[in-house]
Amino acid sequence: MRDQIPLVPIEVKVNGKSHKLEVEPRMLLVELLRDGLGLTGTHIGCDTTYCGACTVLLNGNPVKSCTVFAVQADQGEIMTVEGLAKDGQLHPLQSAFSEQHALQCGYCTPGMLMSSYSLLSKSPSVTDKDIVKGIAGNVCRCTGYQNIVKAIQLAAQQTKGR
Amino acid sequence: MYPSPFRYHRARSLKEAASLLSELGEGSKALAGGQSLIPLMKLRLVSLSDLVDLNFIPGVSAIEQKDNQIHIGALARHADLEKSQTTAPIPIIHDCASGIADVQIRSRGTIGGSLAEADPSGDWPCVLLTLPVELRCVGPKGERTVPISKFFVDAYTSVMEHDELLSGIIVKLPPPHSGGAYLAFKRSPPVYPTASAAVQLTLEGDVCKDVGIALGCVGLTTIKAVQAEQQLRGKSIDQKSITRAAEAAMAEADPQTDMRGSIDYKRTLVRALVKRATEVAVRRARGEKVEVSHYYA
Repeated sequence: MRDQIPLVPIEVKVNGKSHKLEVEPRMLLVELLRDGLGLTGTHIGCDTTYCGACTVLLNGNPVKSCTVFAVQADQGEIMTVEGLAKDGQLHPLQSAFSEQHALQCGYCTPGMLMSSYSLLSKSPSVTDKDIVKGIAGNVCRCTGYQNIVKAIQLAAQQTKGR
Repeated sequence: MYPSPFRYHRARSLKEAASLLSELGEGSKALAGGQSLIPLMKLRLVSLSDLVDLNFIPGVSAIEQKDNQIHIGALARHADLEKSQTTAPIPIIHDCASGIADVQIRSRGTIGGSLAEADPSGDWPCVLLTLPVELRCVGPKGERTVPISKFFVDAYTSVMEHDELLSGIIVKLPPPHSGGAYLAFKRSPPVYPTASAAVQLTLEGDVCKDVGIALGCVGLTTIKAVQAEQQLRGKSIDQKSITRAAEAAMAEADPQTDMRGSIDYKRTLVRALVKRATEVAVRRARGEKVEVSHYYA
């Protein structure tokens, strides 16, 4: 059966760089990013649409990349955690996560960063309640979330201050 | 996890998608937001020969007011409905849209996909059953309109044929002095609720002129709680009548014991949710702005 499945040509822009590829229809976006493009910053956690470790932005919206087929991202723009730092400088969110001890094992961090990046890019004026709602689809089993909320709030203050 | 192999088709219109589903037969399925279908395919609970992608079809996700109706394109995402100002006159729609799963799932999941799946735990079936709603379906032979009260047949089964697709949801604007509320109780954001209740009513002074009450996750289909409605329709709205309606809803619920709770627990939850949703619906019908959405344990 597998041999008879035609590959599908797609074109995606990932962190500003265009890629033309041919993919099997059942390839998931997260696998395209990790195995096809070597962008292993995006993690596969639960692989069942629950934990959010695989969160990336697709056309500006946060999605769980384990629950989108790569063919669906055709003609789309994707931003992964590798797209946050610019010219060797950490993004304010990344620095805030480091300063506030917002990670322990770090497995959930790429997804947390992308969800919080999406939240703050809509509006940097956020209450703690907004933050909790914004990262509701990201599970962290180490920190208890307190320091993550603090880090996002710190980054929000810095973004507003600039 | 990989789903079993399938061929991929990208439809340019709903009509073309319906014709493709008709040609490809029972092994094919349409892909809308994919937030239920893709996990099922990955777990190999569903294996398909062909997948027909609806996501590249233009013009099927608009949310517009036309006369006294709101037309919602079937491919409108939960996030589109969460942000929409057009649906503001019917706040129960926002209650639902803003609480479904989490931000990421709301970016992808569609209202049409949620209805077509006919999952008894789905949020949209519960909310829309309390409103005057018509559903537009497209098939290879043409279109038809189905009132939502006739749409759900059984668990995961609607009246639509294999090669029919939802194209739009038409909601009639409620009369003045109407209000509604949707409350779902969940253990954590990405999971299905343990139980949910939607109440939409119209007041005339202190009398409840009309009411719709629906219950989610507590039966093989979403339950229209007609006995509970009777406790309110034409009656004066007060703590006594609201309690009677909540108790009637509790009796109409038909839950199963599962990992989310026992039968008694879910019935008790239904009583509380119907009571609270009715109270919010009444306050909104009186012009108050009240913010509610899903509850988390």
